[in-house]
Amino acid sequence: MKARVHVMLKDGVLDPQGEAVRHALGHLGFGGVEGVRQGKVIELDLAATDKAAAEVEVRQMCEKLLANTVIEKYTIEIA
Amino acid sequence: MKAAVITFPGSNCDRDLAVAFEKAGAEVVRVWHKETALPAGVDVIGVPGGFSYGDYLRCGAIASRSPIGQAVADFAGKGGYVLGICNGFQVLTEMGLLPGALMRNAGLKFVCKPQALRVASTDSAFTSAYAKGAEVVFPIAHHDGNFTIDAEGLARIEAEDRVAFRYAGNPNGSMADIAGVLSENRRVLGMMPHPERAIEAAQGGADGAALFRALTGVMAQA
Repeated sequence: MKARVHVMLKDGVLDPQGEAVRHALGHLGFGGVEGVRQGKVIELDLAATDKAAAEVEVRQMCEKLLANTVIEKYTIEIA
Repeated sequence: MKAAVITFPGSNCDRDLAVAFEKAGAEVVRVWHKETALPAGVDVIGVPGGFSYGDYLRCGAIASRSPIGQAVADFAGKGGYVLGICNGFQVLTEMGLLPGALMRNAGLKFVCKPQALRVASTDSAFTSAYAKGAEVVFPIAHHDGNFTIDAEGLARIEAEDRVAFRYAGNPNGSMADIAGVLSENRRVLGMMPHPERAIEAAQGGADGAALFRALTGVMAQA
């Protein structure tokens, strides 16, 4: 079973890297970009076979390590 | 008075921190990250600067969950003194011992220079030797020192006088110019600037020596 975790900065937390990317896109002539937020994707290969149990476990992984919930939010896809 | 200095893979200020404690009169024990317990009789823990675990995932994230990380958290939980500098500050926020988080510098550049600071609170074992509002200069050297906290958390640490140092001229975008923060019990200090790199004139300044002397003085009385 595979899990994919998307980690993003929470809304309202300023993203200096996203802002730099937005400026760079502007320099390349992409004028219509009004905002850029940069996050990360973490893919996990899991031995688990039960989808619900896997989701519970991945959620714990996010809370304990994969995301810093002071500034980041996350979503989980299980496939 | 005994100080433990932790070394993670990628720490690079651990020797400087050990020397700073020694010059202030402490006995120093060096502790490797794979240890699961601290040596007996430790009075204060130093978590040094550097790039622990290559800054993988987030700065300080892996170190905060390392074997010795739990021992540091337990020590702080029992009221022990902990000083985290630079990457050590990042580690302590990742552990949840200090509020907020350190994000990428607002200017996106690694900043490395002597930095003027103001002593914002003298109500701690770390800062009691300074005059409130005094200007000190400590080197800074970081890429992720942009202190961020939610509005409620900021109001709380301000109301509780827990900002130890503020930048005089903000180098990294930190909220309210915050350079160093104290825990609720005022025994854990995290700061981005490096007092251990300013303990004698040959380093360009000795403003940091008072921090270590104050700390070892408090320990000696205890």
